[in-house]
Amino acid sequence: MTTNGNPPKTLFEKVWEKHLVRPQMPDTPAVLYIDLHLVHEVTSPQAFTLLRERGLKVRRPDRTLGTMDHSTPTTPRNAAGIIPVTDAMAAAQLDVMRKNCADFGIPLYDLGTSNQGIVHVIGPEQGFTQPGMTIVCGDSHTSTHGAFGALAFGIGTSEVAHVLATQCLLQNRPQTMAVRVDGRLHPGVTAKDIILAVIAKIGIGGGTGYVFEYMGEAIRALSMEGRMTICNMSIEGGARAGMVAPDDTTFNYVAGRPYAPKGAAWEQALAEWRTLPTDDGATFDNEVVLDANALTPMITYGTNPGMGMPITANVPDPDQLRDVSQKLALDKALRYMDLQPGQKLLGKRVDVVFIGSCTNSRISDLREAAKFIQGRKVADGVRMLVVPGSQQVKAQAEAEGLHEIFKAAGAEWREAGCSMCIAMNGDQLQPGQYAVSTSNRNFEGRQGKGGRTFLASPLTAAATAINGVITDPREMMN
Amino acid sequence: MEPITTFTGRLAPLPINDIDTDQIIPARYLKVTDKNGLGAACFSDWRYNADGSPKADFVLNRSEYQGAAVLVGGHNFGCGSSREHAPWALLGAGFKAVISTYFADIFRGNALKNGLLPVQVDAETHRQLISLAEEDPSAQVTVNLEAQTVTLPDGRSVEFPIDPFSRYCLLNGVDQLGFLLGLDEQVAEFERLHPGRVQTTAS
Ligand code: SF4
Repeated sequence: MTTNGNPPKTLFEKVWEKHLVRPQMPDTPAVLYIDLHLVHEVTSPQAFTLLRERGLKVRRPDRTLGTMDHSTPTTPRNAAGIIPVTDAMAAAQLDVMRKNCADFGIPLYDLGTSNQGIVHVIGPEQGFTQPGMTIVCGDSHTSTHGAFGALAFGIGTSEVAHVLATQCLLQNRPQTMAVRVDGRLHPGVTAKDIILAVIAKIGIGGGTGYVFEYMGEAIRALSMEGRMTICNMSIEGGARAGMVAPDDTTFNYVAGRPYAPKGAAWEQALAEWRTLPTDDGATFDNEVVLDANALTPMITYGTNPGMGMPITANVPDPDQLRDVSQKLALDKALRYMDLQPGQKLLGKRVDVVFIGSCTNSRISDLREAAKFIQGRKVADGVRMLVVPGSQQVKAQAEAEGLHEIFKAAGAEWREAGCSMCIAMNGDQLQPGQYAVSTSNRNFEGRQGKGGRTFLASPLTAAATAINGVITDPREMMN
Repeated sequence: MEPITTFTGRLAPLPINDIDTDQIIPARYLKVTDKNGLGAACFSDWRYNADGSPKADFVLNRSEYQGAAVLVGGHNFGCGSSREHAPWALLGAGFKAVISTYFADIFRGNALKNGLLPVQVDAETHRQLISLAEEDPSAQVTVNLEAQTVTLPDGRSVEFPIDPFSRYCLLNGVDQLGFLLGLDEQVAEFERLHPGRVQTTAS
């Protein structure tokens, strides 16, 4: 964008400044207006309690949306078409969510209803997520929505209460980092591999205090789903938000969705959205550059998302590290994972393959995985779960027959939700089990106490499910 | 909230980098709808064996660290999920402050809103505090929020950063919501000028 004499600004600056109710002052943070507040059952109950204690109401129920995803079962429906909730604590939490939404007038996508799903899947899917908006949720992967050129970030429960009561947040202005990915991806290499490579490069704290803007030829070439996968994991590099400048790919995705603007309002919105991209000459506080041509499928070997490497590489050796605390961290991770320094991960047996989560559970993820699985079988001894991100994704996949492909191969086809990404709902690894997972966190116990996670793309996950051992998907493509 | 000014307490060393909020409080404990009872589950997977018995060598289970008020964690403390259950669990386990060389953003913000002080110190001071805690579990430090200092047993004081607004709220025992509620007119004016495109209640 050129600026006609105005000082050039980044995408982030434009969105930030447009939402300032009150600028940052020496003694107080900026007050930022929030356009959309997404609420789920796990991080909201204590916020509603605070509102009740103070006699407050929700300022803008019409800017607020509730869904159920984290503690919800994804087991198939019973004969009556109901998804049974057998965990009493989860059932109680869901009831509290229903009551809170009803009492405060917030629309809720209740368990099993046609629009329910993972909070970061349903926002974009319904057209709530639009360029230039501020979007928050009591969930760190809210960064996902930045793929549309929105400023979107996760907040804690106290802040959930702030937004419910005032539609505003107190925020200190973050710094900006340009994450440029030049070149083109080779076949078999995906958006997930880009973001795993970015995090491996900067480390899991490398982006703390920054908002990322992803740019460059490889980002422009991605679908909206791919861009969401990348923005989703910004937080795994420490950045609360990641953004991509909106373009025709964005507008084509948003157009026609239930809550997208229509008619004259659409034209007006479009004109405004076209002014959002970073101006020529705008500067960032920091920059990191990657070459997409040089990327291969990535996989993690350790217990945080920064411990990632090309799938063909060998597990690093703690003794090669200079920094003592890094050495200890790697050593601890490898002991937890029961891996040896120098070992190859290719060919390693796994017990579970999980395709799902707000990183990779959208229709394109399922299509790619299904293409791989079609006509093949999940290896003996491997449990494969395919968990669509939303009821809409599930319905679309079923309309395309993808569920039959997965089921014929021996995979489990589930209801929508977070499932084994966070293992709150009974979908979990057993102690010592290995999983290749398309989710975003490989922390100790994240997918079940004692479980061991390798993060990878849906293609790598599908290839691994078929062979029963960690497999480079490029070997199976021709 | 109770005002916080200064307190003195013993240290518990946990010198591990990148301690994520899934370790501080594993997700399976997040099915609660209040803030209570999370202290017992704090660091659950590092603290208990599969049968629920305590792991004798984990710092929170060692008798000499019972009652410690300051957790000394490694670099990038509190990364990962936004769960405010993490500071609730640490407070429930008896901590009033965490010392690290670096805190993840969301954790820092959540901690400050609950009166758990994230005390960021330089690497050298951090090393000293870890050895101190390991060698002499009875050693005490004094955290002074007013002065933004932590004072070691040898009398040396080290400053730590904290944003002025959080500091003000903690010193005065007021929460941040009150400030936002006081801006009602400005917010209403903003809403008048920026009507917004999305209406979740429309169908
Ligand atoms: S899918 Fe996983 S990362 Fe995403 S919102 Fe659910 S629990 Fe969080």
